[in-house]
Amino acid sequence: MKTYLIQAIRLTVVLTVLLCVIYPVFIAFAGKLSKGAGNGETIVVNGKVVGYAAVGQSFTKPQYFWGRPSAVAYNAAGSAGSNKGPSNPDYLKDVAKRIDTLLKYHPYLKRSNIPAEMVTASGSGLDPDISPEAAQIQIKRVAAYRKLDETKVAKLVADHTEGPLLGMFGPSKINVLKLNVALDGLK
Amino acid sequence: MNTELTGIIASFAITLLIAIPLAKYLAKMFAGEKVWTDFLKPLERGIFKLSGINPNTPMNWKQFLKAMMTINLFWLVYGFFALIYQDKLPLNPDGNPGQTADLAFNTIISFVVNCNLQHYSGESGATYLTQHFIFMFLHFVSAATGIASAVAVFKAFRDKTTADLGNFWNFFVKSITRLLLPLSIIIAIILTFNGTPSSYAGKDKFISLQGDTVNLSRGPAAQMIAIKHLGTNGGGWFGANSAHPLENPNYLTNMTEIISQFIIPVAMILAFGYFIRRKKLGWVMFGVMMAGVLMLMLPTISSELGGNPLIAKMGITQHTGAMEGKEVRFGPAATAYWSTLTTVTSTGSVNGMHDSTMALTGLWQLLAMMINGFFGGCGVGLLNYFIYLIIAVFISGLMVGRTPEFLGHKVEAREVKIAALITLLSPFLIMTGTALASYVFVAHQNIDWAVKPSAWLNNPGYHGFSEMLYEYTSANANNGSGFEGLGDNNIWWNVSTGFVLILGRFLPIIGPVAIAGLLAQKKFVPESAGTLKVDTMTFGLMTFAVILVLNALSYFPALALGPIAEHFSMLK
Repeated sequence: MKTYLIQAIRLTVVLTVLLCVIYPVFIAFAGKLSKGAGNGETIVVNGKVVGYAAVGQSFTKPQYFWGRPSAVAYNAAGSAGSNKGPSNPDYLKDVAKRIDTLLKYHPYLKRSNIPAEMVTASGSGLDPDISPEAAQIQIKRVAAYRKLDETKVAKLVADHTEGPLLGMFGPSKINVLKLNVALDGLK
Repeated sequence: MNTELTGIIASFAITLLIAIPLAKYLAKMFAGEKVWTDFLKPLERGIFKLSGINPNTPMNWKQFLKAMMTINLFWLVYGFFALIYQDKLPLNPDGNPGQTADLAFNTIISFVVNCNLQHYSGESGATYLTQHFIFMFLHFVSAATGIASAVAVFKAFRDKTTADLGNFWNFFVKSITRLLLPLSIIIAIILTFNGTPSSYAGKDKFISLQGDTVNLSRGPAAQMIAIKHLGTNGGGWFGANSAHPLENPNYLTNMTEIISQFIIPVAMILAFGYFIRRKKLGWVMFGVMMAGVLMLMLPTISSELGGNPLIAKMGITQHTGAMEGKEVRFGPAATAYWSTLTTVTSTGSVNGMHDSTMALTGLWQLLAMMINGFFGGCGVGLLNYFIYLIIAVFISGLMVGRTPEFLGHKVEAREVKIAALITLLSPFLIMTGTALASYVFVAHQNIDWAVKPSAWLNNPGYHGFSEMLYEYTSANANNGSGFEGLGDNNIWWNVSTGFVLILGRFLPIIGPVAIAGLLAQKKFVPESAGTLKVDTMTFGLMTFAVILVLNALSYFPALALGPIAEHFSMLK
């Protein structure tokens, strides 16, 4: 037993050097070569960081495209989902409220046109994306608030739609932050 | 074809393309035959020399288990103190506090046993030091512990009669140097080049586009996420686990992560067949397990793609499927696929919140963890399945009236007793835990604790019961996923699941290794016309039936009270 314990302690020390120092530091150096230098890729407007490309942020003003509901109000230092079960009555009330809010700001919408992700909270609370359908339904509102031509906004949405991986795998999506940054740049 | 479905089919195909050659490699490597990674030998020699270990010393099953338990107990003690004092240790750029004693107790057990329940949130409950030196370290070594223990069982059945199960340290170190570390390096590089942070920079602060001040947690996450999946650990860097956009930034990383958590469990099963020179046995086991996985996966995908019927009633079409707790970049199909694989293997990482999945999806998640032998965790999946095999051999023996034999060794009372005890352990731990928690929740709602039981559950009714059942099931299966609505960072849940975790890990390792050791010492009985052949489809079906019957008998009542009741209440 005692021999095993001494061997166990020595092995733990040796493996700690290999697995907790050499391995992660090597990856950190490799990461320096990536976009964002291993710190996460940022989006810069007029020399100022306005966000991280991968991390969703809150958009509540009517002149912006909105992202998904978030259980943590897009707190990027405390990610979480709502963890509401599918039959929870309070949760269903929240969903009904979100539908009403969407209908209020988009009076031209029918309920059946509302994509599910716009009335349900994401898993991380930081979902950066919406589906192309979810952007479509907001074009009219955004164009009206910005006094822009709808076709111009529609084109922007089309340009920012990212198709499936290699055109074959996974859903299509739109990064809300990138879309809104481009929207601010429209004249 | 729907690109969400092609995505999961491709993930599945790539898994098999990697796992099959990996299995052949593992069988050769652990047998000590020549393999192309032999250039790493000097590294291993150095590790053994510095640790004072002779990797060629043979061990019998008792010595093997002693070595395994000694190092695991050492990690428990040392990790516990590191977590309590993490605020005073270096590498804490965000100034996070030390863990409370009950939380540290739960956390360290959870990581040593390859479970990773995580009653804390990575952003605020751990430091860069503990994330790497405790959690990531344990990701590697707990997976290697499982693999090494499984290789001992391999070894027992390779030779006709033997007392030598191989050297624990040898299998353990080689699992890291020849398998886990090289693959982790590849995966971590894929992740960091797709946007997962890998630098040691602390929190960032910026003003968002519409003018909010945002604090954003970062850190060297890519390194940990690679091994978290590869080693079927599941404990993530951030609270939201692999649903977090920095842990899992796009569909490519999602495929990488789901593939990496499935390749070793699949490869280990096939490697068993190659190692003991009964290739067919490996493939029959693979067939049974794959049938089981599909049985759990297909209804899961269908129930998630179908969406929530109560939201459909509000006039929302949900054309892609249920979206609560899911991310747009993965979609419901890939999230459902992940939820099955993360619960059949003991990974327990999530790319969408299980608490918010449909009632029937919850049923399949629970059942996958209760069975815990369809591929299962790194190494331990094989050990769990081995117990089912012994039970199936025993029952078949009774049915035909012969002394049961397994691979040329008589299975006698002692081995069957061990197998029966291990089989009964899971329902005992899960049911007792859930029953006690339900009792406290109902009878002592407002007892004077820091967190009152009335505040435990995030959802009322049947779903609330499922939250408690899920927690104990996940703890016993060493899975680590959760119905995270459960308020689990308090003394009741930290302590009670801590005990379930440790019993649910080590007894199901000790049992199979002991059985294998005992069987291997027995005289070899050559095959005859009357031998029960275990590498046939018939015996595969028999094992499948045994698994279903045992689990249905054990768990149906509890499942009926939770997810099944919730499902029917939603159809009203």
